[in-house]
Amino acid sequence: MIFARLRALLGPGAVDRDPDNVPRVTPDSTDALALVCRLAYDEGWKIRIEGLTSWLPPDAPADLAVSTRGLDEIVSVSPADLVATIQAGASMDAIRRRLAEHGMWLAVDPPGRPDRTLGSIIASGTSGPLRHGFGPVRDHILGCTVVTGDGRIVRPGSRVVKNVAGYDLTKLHVGSFGGFGIVTEAHLRLRALPRADVTVISKGSRDALTAAARDLLEARIAPAALELISPALAAEAGWVLAARFLGIDPAVQADVRRLPSDTEAVWEQLPADRTAGFWALLARGGLSGPVTFRLGVLPDGLDDALDLLAHDLDVDMVAAGAASGSLRWTGEAPVERLRAVRRAAAGREIPMTLERAPWSVRRALGHFGAYREGLGRLVDRLRDTFDPKQALSVALEGSESEK
Amino acid sequence: MSPALLEALGRIVGPRWVRHRKAELTTYSMDGLPTHESLPGAVVMPESRAEVVEVIRLLHLLQVPFVARGAGTGLSGGALADPDALLLALTRMNRILRVDRGARRAVVQPGVVNARLSEAVAPLELQYVPDPSSQAACTVGGNVAENAGGPHCLKYGVTTNHVVELEVVLPDASVVRLGSPHGEPWGPDLVGLFVGSEGMFGVATEITVRLEPIPPGVRTMLADFPSVRLASEAVSRIIASGIVPAALEMMDQACVQAVEASIYAAGYPTDAAAVLLVEVDGTPEQVAAESVLVEETLRTQGARAVRSASSPADRARLWQGRKKAFGAMGRIAPDLAVQDAVVPRSALPDILDRIGEIRRRHALSISNVFHAGDGNLHPNISFDRRDPALAARVREASREIMAACVAAGGSITGEHGVGNDKMGYMPWIFDPETLGAMQAVRRVFDPDERCNPGKVLPTRACREWRATPAAREVAL
Repeated sequence: MIFARLRALLGPGAVDRDPDNVPRVTPDSTDALALVCRLAYDEGWKIRIEGLTSWLPPDAPADLAVSTRGLDEIVSVSPADLVATIQAGASMDAIRRRLAEHGMWLAVDPPGRPDRTLGSIIASGTSGPLRHGFGPVRDHILGCTVVTGDGRIVRPGSRVVKNVAGYDLTKLHVGSFGGFGIVTEAHLRLRALPRADVTVISKGSRDALTAAARDLLEARIAPAALELISPALAAEAGWVLAARFLGIDPAVQADVRRLPSDTEAVWEQLPADRTAGFWALLARGGLSGPVTFRLGVLPDGLDDALDLLAHDLDVDMVAAGAASGSLRWTGEAPVERLRAVRRAAAGREIPMTLERAPWSVRRALGHFGAYREGLGRLVDRLRDTFDPKQALSVALEGSESEK
Repeated sequence: MSPALLEALGRIVGPRWVRHRKAELTTYSMDGLPTHESLPGAVVMPESRAEVVEVIRLLHLLQVPFVARGAGTGLSGGALADPDALLLALTRMNRILRVDRGARRAVVQPGVVNARLSEAVAPLELQYVPDPSSQAACTVGGNVAENAGGPHCLKYGVTTNHVVELEVVLPDASVVRLGSPHGEPWGPDLVGLFVGSEGMFGVATEITVRLEPIPPGVRTMLADFPSVRLASEAVSRIIASGIVPAALEMMDQACVQAVEASIYAAGYPTDAAAVLLVEVDGTPEQVAAESVLVEETLRTQGARAVRSASSPADRARLWQGRKKAFGAMGRIAPDLAVQDAVVPRSALPDILDRIGEIRRRHALSISNVFHAGDGNLHPNISFDRRDPALAARVREASREIMAACVAAGGSITGEHGVGNDKMGYMPWIFDPETLGAMQAVRRVFDPDERCNPGKVLPTRACREWRATPAAREVAL
């Protein structure tokens, strides 16, 4: 009996059942989590990885669930080095509060609940609008501790901000949905809290706003985020273009003053007390339907990509980095529609990553959909290295290119 | 190398691009580090991806090991090949294939010289940011292999943050494309895994990089300090203030004196215990505001003097002293062991004291020039390798410096790589399981371990991961 075996291994306090009556274990250390994985490997049990159940599918088929919620410690914060070590189950809210006490922050603003776990952000590689100014999730992770599908503990990277010792296995674990192991802890690159944080928005038609975004970049203004937001997602009548400026006050004020004013776009500065709420609303929009995916588009292909979505799906809940080209869609759609979008995107050299979806959709599409030719073989071998019995219930395998 | 193999290689690339005489091979027997030397079996110089594929297919058939090499400016012995291995010199693959101004991307062959790329895109007001000191000679392919850094990586990131897509010839001669022009991977982040793999996963034949706009404003400041400790504390204070300078470099007195005595003299004050080179960039308003804050911080932290470059020529001169510091040290002794280690920024003052103590105990000449903002040290030991006793002291001192950096919570390399120079230190920072994982990942790409063999991983320290059937399968 799996339930009893787990209780015997970690004690009764660490084992309960999930809503589907599947045994769920909540280890309080990396070592304990590794023991569970080792046992599951030996017994041939399937593991579902769980944080808050909002990003990794809670309905993935499994003999047991392994929750990271017992690993929620902020292990260390080094203000002088701008580095922190934090366990995967810690919530972004808690991390934000703790770092702010030291005048620091983690410059990622992923979609989802404000309390989503660090582990889910690493596993799904979900960055938000600040990706433009601060890079994708992988740029913020200096090293990690990972438990593999057969219960080994691997610790690539380190606590220093620059390091090329050994292969960069950390990058392999960021954004691979736990398919190569369960991240239990990470070393993070921090930044000093910006002294000024100003958001300006412009409302109008999609075409007018994409033109406004181009003008802004041509004027060599460099916002930390420049996001094009669909009407429903922004809870407005029309499209919204939002630019966020972070830094020291005179520089931020100067950027805002230099915003091009000779175009159709009219810029309006959000009052300080509405800024956080504006971006939080956008983040929560990422959960407004059962499926979320992202597309990696070059900025000059954004219009075309949005047309593609409008044609095959809809553009109800869409946010796109007007400068970074990262596009995120949320909603509900049958698998065939999603597959059609993926095929059309692949034809344009645009990768599609399924960030959030029920298991049935993931099973049918894979997290990543079409791999390019030859990549499936490499991914399968990597999977085989880190999870030889495929104990981790993760839909990593992709079909070879459909192009 | 057998004459038949050399002839077959000659049929692929043309006989004049296959080198096998000892005098020809000597050129390739070292990289930028004078402490390691090895003659390759032969050198072959392909001109295209098709030739690389043909060469590697032949080597795969005959199970011959090989090492890819760019300009040979590496500093870890990573591009050396043993006599039983073939060296694949990629310097003829030096074309910039495409530049997309709107998307800010360039597609280049691996042999393109780093500085040439930035020169080529400068008329478009764009630049390729990673700027290793060897940028006038080193190649983008070599930068990818080593995940090279440079002074301006503090604000903008190292090579891995600027490479979005790679075309790679795997050791079985199959060709794969990793990443996408946007940077979003097709699946797991194999570009992130490949960059910095020190030529052990395959040969990159096409590299797509991100270009950045040249900032409209820039100011370079030089501050001199009466002690290294004060200078280090100023660095921490600047970083903690929320300003991320484009560069934040430190040189100690030994380094400054070597530079000032050379043709690269930059006007650094030779009586200062340490000088800091701080550069801020961005919009003119940002530069103005940040300069004021930086200058204030430097003075509060004990700088004797702070001066700003008054013209582009003045700025270039200040930078020349820093970038040519290694060259300037050639005046001190015939050989220079350029070291590379990282410590948490806050450990800088203590570690520099410790290096001073090691220098005195071994009676060596060590100068320090480093990326202070990242805690990335380059203690450089001047010596003459013809003196075996001295060379032994250099090895021992290097080892002690590494041990001190690791003890301070640091790493054995920040940007030069492990190569064959630092393999012995790998178990100091990675446990056997993690080393075993690295070896297993390497076998995913190179099941026969023929691609740059004998580097990075100290095999005996790696815990063995199962050799899975899939990993042993050889694709034909």
